[in-house]
Amino acid sequence: MSGETRTASEKADFKRELTEVVPHLRAFARGLCGRADMADDLVQEALLKAWAAQERFEPGTSMRAWTFVILRNAYLTDMRRNRFRGEYDENVAERILTAPASQEEPIHLSDLHRALLTLPPERREALLLVGAGGFSYEEAANICGCAVGTIKSRVGRARAALNSMLAEGAIPQRSLNDDGAHRAILEELEDVAAGNGSSARP
Amino acid sequence: MTSKNEKDGKSVQPEQTTTAPKPAEMPGWAAGLRRLYDSVVDEDIPDNFRDLISKLDKEG
Repeated sequence: MSGETRTASEKADFKRELTEVVPHLRAFARGLCGRADMADDLVQEALLKAWAAQERFEPGTSMRAWTFVILRNAYLTDMRRNRFRGEYDENVAERILTAPASQEEPIHLSDLHRALLTLPPERREALLLVGAGGFSYEEAANICGCAVGTIKSRVGRARAALNSMLAEGAIPQRSLNDDGAHRAILEELEDVAAGNGSSARP
Repeated sequence: MTSKNEKDGKSVQPEQTTTAPKPAEMPGWAAGLRRLYDSVVDEDIPDNFRDLISKLDKEG
């Protein structure tokens, strides 16, 4: 690692690895913001930022984790600028959620998706990273720039919330369009962003 | 108790006992969550991503 400009072959490696993580970035982004079109905009933004910051990537480390940090920061910035209101688009969701395989799933994926989007953002992202992305608590903590215990607690709370929402079938329908709920989410976001330690900066 | 997880030789910080739930204890939605994520991962990458990436190193 140095300030030297990367060689052509290093750039090619970086580009290849970046290409390989695009599907994961899209999946993470969609989980974060809930809408496919916005998620893809976010991924494009993250790719451009990652490319611009490639000198700071340590070859041999996880490209997925590194780019997730960039994506996450872009998401938080955009959220605070109010670009995403965590809107839930029923039609888009319907299309996404015509997922392949087992129709005998006890829980409708669309319910799960909606329930997921009602979670406070920091719990949602913790659950996405650990429960869907397969990151360890430690890796998730690095991505979010917080303590391992914090991630564990967020995941635990997210799980408990989903358990009760899905068990009782009591998923708030429009909580994200409700101004009070939206304000609360933004306030929580401020906290997430404030607690966003230097290690989480790309 | 075997100490299989000391393979990297680092002293693992003693953690609280909250480990990830075993699959058998996982609620029904946990697999669904994974599937939501994987269904996006398995999608074909839209062309505009390929275009974007192919243009990256032409800018400088």
